[in-house]
Amino acid sequence: MREGLEVTDAKAQNVGAMDALIAKYVGVQGGLMRALLALQEADGYIDASALPKLAAAFNLTKAEVKGVISFYDDFARAPKGEHVLRLCQAEACQAVGARELTQHACERADVAMGDTRMDGRITIEPVYCLGLCANGPAAMVDGKLKAAVGEADIDALLDAWEHEA
Amino acid sequence: MTRIFIPLDSVAVALGADEVAEKLKAQDGVEVVRNGSRGMLWLEPLVEVETAKGRIAYGPVTGADVGSLLAAGFLEGADHALCLGLTEEIDFLKKQERLTFARCGVTDPLCLKDYKAHGDLSGLRKALALEPQDIAEEVMTSGLRGRGGAAFPAGIKWKTVLGATATQKYIVCNADEGDSGTFADRMIMEGDPYLLIEGMIIAGLGTGASKGFVYLRSEYPVAKAVFSEALENAYADGLLGDNILGSGKAFDLELFMGAGAYICGEETSLLDSLEGKRGQVRAKPPLPALEGLNGKPTLVHNVISLCAVPTILAEGGAFYKDYGMGRSTGTMPFQLAGNIKHGGLVEKAFGVSLRELVEGFGGGTRSGRAIKTAQVGGPLGAYIPPALMDTPMDYESFAKIGAGVGHGGIVLYDDTADMAAQAKYAFDFCAHESCGKCTPCRIGAVRGSEVMAKVIAGTDVHGNLELIDDLCEVMTDGSLCAMGGMTPIPVMSAIKHFPDDFLKGDKE
Repeated sequence: MREGLEVTDAKAQNVGAMDALIAKYVGVQGGLMRALLALQEADGYIDASALPKLAAAFNLTKAEVKGVISFYDDFARAPKGEHVLRLCQAEACQAVGARELTQHACERADVAMGDTRMDGRITIEPVYCLGLCANGPAAMVDGKLKAAVGEADIDALLDAWEHEA
Repeated sequence: MTRIFIPLDSVAVALGADEVAEKLKAQDGVEVVRNGSRGMLWLEPLVEVETAKGRIAYGPVTGADVGSLLAAGFLEGADHALCLGLTEEIDFLKKQERLTFARCGVTDPLCLKDYKAHGDLSGLRKALALEPQDIAEEVMTSGLRGRGGAAFPAGIKWKTVLGATATQKYIVCNADEGDSGTFADRMIMEGDPYLLIEGMIIAGLGTGASKGFVYLRSEYPVAKAVFSEALENAYADGLLGDNILGSGKAFDLELFMGAGAYICGEETSLLDSLEGKRGQVRAKPPLPALEGLNGKPTLVHNVISLCAVPTILAEGGAFYKDYGMGRSTGTMPFQLAGNIKHGGLVEKAFGVSLRELVEGFGGGTRSGRAIKTAQVGGPLGAYIPPALMDTPMDYESFAKIGAGVGHGGIVLYDDTADMAAQAKYAFDFCAHESCGKCTPCRIGAVRGSEVMAKVIAGTDVHGNLELIDDLCEVMTDGSLCAMGGMTPIPVMSAIKHFPDDFLKGDKE
């Protein structure tokens, strides 16, 4: 295995850290994708300040880099909420009530699908299939998989998030 | 020591298997093995206890059940309300024909010793003793067709890559399993990752490629963790690297993560993504087999296609070809999903009827209501009405009813489903996931959604349905790839088989 491909949990925006992170992926297969995944994982989004650095490192224009970022759903261009709830919107989950569950969650959390609440606490996002299609509705709660999610689970989750110190 | 098996599979974990494992690990005299899933997903977390009589299953087990299970003496295989008897005797499993998934759920997926104890890498060992032409010929003989959805004969692809002259060739595994209702790739990567590694090494030997990539979707965190560890173990063991099992032959394999784009399941889009670009579809020709990754000859295969290869080499192409019917040879892992009572994975030879799968294995809807339809083959697959469910699941029979087997995913719906809403969703999904390169797909999907909204609202229903028909013809004939080209299939099948759902808003 190639060394240095593991993402560190250090914030990439720390002085010099972003350059070091990007430099690791230059000359590697699919380097730009890997650098963007690493930045996303480190910071939770791709900061605009990374654009010129990525363009210079991979010998691309800033427009080309922006084009890659905007193509993929996983790359965010602004920070997300402290908590992220991803709800599956695909057919297998639709067949067991994902549409109603999504509406319930958005109303209860007071945030529109795909948005972050004004207070920055909660983001609700669509996801198109988590591979839990026999056990829907499926969700990803702060990166953890959940199956057979009901309205009561959503209520308990949102209550817990609201009552955090 | 009593051995207890608790799956590490995504479904089991998403339903609380980790808590069950933690509680049982704390017991004296218990060895917990985190296995793959047996594929009886309505019973997950399915816990198995190894006894003298065989493995006894209990499920679904949550953390709250552990106390009563221990009190009942389940470590000795005692009876309990959750006891399901011997795992291998459960009908759902017993009636299957498992070749690819034979080990999944049985072994410790990360223990290479366990993998070798079940099959001894005999497919790879045979391949190491053969010439590349003979390996490709064995795959040709098997009649294996691509399991990702396109069903292209694998042997022809292998021979094309083998026949190409280049300084570097690649094997690329498409693990961007984005179709809703499919999870076979995920299950095998979590439950038997060395099978995929073995299949890819054989593919390398059979085509002259020394380097491979697995392109895995980011929505599969468990598969990522398991497969990463399996790769490390395979390198440490000398299975991968410069000297495969001491043969002097080389194969390197790397995991590459996607970033949430359904279109990257299309092979040329995947290759662009693997080059660090926007995942845009390429025009064919040139075929990826001649000019693929980095412009070099590349064998692109779905996970399940590659996972069928070790069996084909070990048992012979003729053995594999004996399963199935007509030109649909071998077995297919069908995935039962959606509103289904007994959801899970059923590996059967081609030819089993859709009804046998959804009613026999699946037990009908989870809600207990009447079946309205099954969508077969993912978001680009047809909606099939109950009247057509006796159709055998094979490529030719499905083509005859205007449908496809795809990657084997089956999403069941009960009679509350609104097919006009599903048809609109098909356009919306295409609009969201289109790579944007060709006009019929990029613009057609948006216009289709708008027109379908008018149909649902009851505005000039007949005129707008005619417009949809016309638009679908353009998308089918004019799109660059299956995304735009096959979005009309769910739309038109829904209109054809369930016209009332589209006419109910009609005010005329």
